[in-house]
Amino acid sequence: MTHDAAVQVRDLHKHYGSLHAVDGVDLTIQRGETFALLGPNGAGKSTTIEILEGYRRRTSGVVSVLGTDPDHGDLGWKARLGIVGQSTVESDRATVRDLLTLTRGLYPDPREVDDVIEAVGLEKKAGARCDKLSGGQRRRLDVAMGVIGRPELLFLDEPTTGFDPEARREFWQLVHSLKDGGTTIILTTHYLDEAAELADRVGIITGGRLLDVGAVDEIGGVDARRPVVRWRAADGERRTLVTDTPASVVAEIVAHTGGEPRDLEVIRPSLEDIYLSMISDNAKDAA
Amino acid sequence: MTATLTTSAPILDTRQPSPTPGGVVGRCLRQIRFEVTDYVRHADTLVFTFGFPIIMLAIFTSAFASQGTIPNPSGVGAGLTVGAYYLPGMVAAGLLLSGVQNLAIDIAHEKSDGRLKRWGGTPMSPFVYFAGKIGQVLVTATTQTALLLVVAHFGLGIALPNTAQAWRTFAWVWLLGLTASCLLGIALSALPRSGRSASSVVLPITLVLQFISGVYLQFDGLPTWMQNIASIFPLKWMAQGMRAAFLPDGFQQLEVGQAWHLGQIAIALGVWLVVGLVLSRLTFRWIRRDA
Repeated sequence: MTHDAAVQVRDLHKHYGSLHAVDGVDLTIQRGETFALLGPNGAGKSTTIEILEGYRRRTSGVVSVLGTDPDHGDLGWKARLGIVGQSTVESDRATVRDLLTLTRGLYPDPREVDDVIEAVGLEKKAGARCDKLSGGQRRRLDVAMGVIGRPELLFLDEPTTGFDPEARREFWQLVHSLKDGGTTIILTTHYLDEAAELADRVGIITGGRLLDVGAVDEIGGVDARRPVVRWRAADGERRTLVTDTPASVVAEIVAHTGGEPRDLEVIRPSLEDIYLSMISDNAKDAA
Repeated sequence: MTATLTTSAPILDTRQPSPTPGGVVGRCLRQIRFEVTDYVRHADTLVFTFGFPIIMLAIFTSAFASQGTIPNPSGVGAGLTVGAYYLPGMVAAGLLLSGVQNLAIDIAHEKSDGRLKRWGGTPMSPFVYFAGKIGQVLVTATTQTALLLVVAHFGLGIALPNTAQAWRTFAWVWLLGLTASCLLGIALSALPRSGRSASSVVLPITLVLQFISGVYLQFDGLPTWMQNIASIFPLKWMAQGMRAAFLPDGFQQLEVGQAWHLGQIAIALGVWLVVGLVLSRLTFRWIRRDA
């Protein structure tokens, strides 16, 4: 395996009895890359992530994370990771500052507590007990705990659940700042706009298999992202046309109707549209 | 939208990095401070673990105040008030509660609510984590015993030992009993299947032990079969050791074999310490790891 990749996965399987939660995943994530793993609930996202984090043991396959097999990762290896797990901790009786200060002390080259508190927007809650925070504030604390150690590789498992839109934008800014600093990031999210905003590449997983992996603006192939022109014809009927030349189509419509067409739209499929069509195609194939 | 986000100034790493003081010793001390702070913020623990022996001693002393004294069984020397006779048992119960009950419930909660898993994802070493727990127990149990003795002496007028030998006995029984209790508490934390069931699994165990081990009921008055069962567990030996330290020598006639048996106490507690160490090493996991 090459060592310039942050993560290398070959033929990964995880079986729980007859259930194949992860069923033959191959994946390479380069250093400095932000990779989003997308898929419906129960698709195998979190199982895959937790195997990479060292929390779960795989049934078979080869896994290397920062050059180390996660099943044998020591404390020095863990010091290079940052983990924001899917479930948040609700029962810390420590204050935000005390918890982050203690955690900071575990790492060889950590960030400053005040920097991290500011970056996640918890300045006003620094002296508050963690168990008195709101759900969104607690999630910010989870993110703070994940980045305090200055990780080379950061896992973000549905990090913005419970965030309001403004908090999500602030979080995106933080992730951009981490990316600029060279941090490799593995993200799972149910918000496709978030994946489109943050990720360099995305992988779509369902039923424990990766359907496709590619850059945000390439995934799904050329056909899936052909623009759609919609308008209302003179007879009042709605028309839809998938085309590679939307401008010409619009010009034709104008020439034909001799005026401004009603309810005209030119739509480029979003990541969400592509994702949904891939998941539903896959479900049809399986049925 | 994207442009305004990506061109913003760095929002992390604006301050000069400051070094983290200390190596593993510093980590352990910070962990202990963190754990002690956590302990005092927990109202349940303060009442049912920290305050319990003091509350029970106060109740015993008041409830049995009218019953006069327990005569010295050797026929020589003064007798003891009920409170004075039960004080050593309460000290021993404090060790069991601070070690076994506190840690078993505390760690089971930490396991079920995700805190332990979170530490497992950091470079926290199990050594530092357990140094924090054992340090927490040392600090809180020392305070608990001191408070118990102060209340007993100045509040309830119970005489404390006045020989160096008695305090030496107290010191080693206390330390050995507390260490064994810590390790057994860590081992027992593997038993509850959820945080919610932790108290209902652990409390009956410690409560039954207190009743059959001579903490609340005079040990020589218990049926032999109950004494035999109690002798398997460490609390009986801790209570007996504390009686050896606190009670006049004439009272050893009320013990099994009419003697304090300090050697047996040391062996029994030493064995439990090793059992606790082995069990906690075998059972402890940051998370319930699947196969």
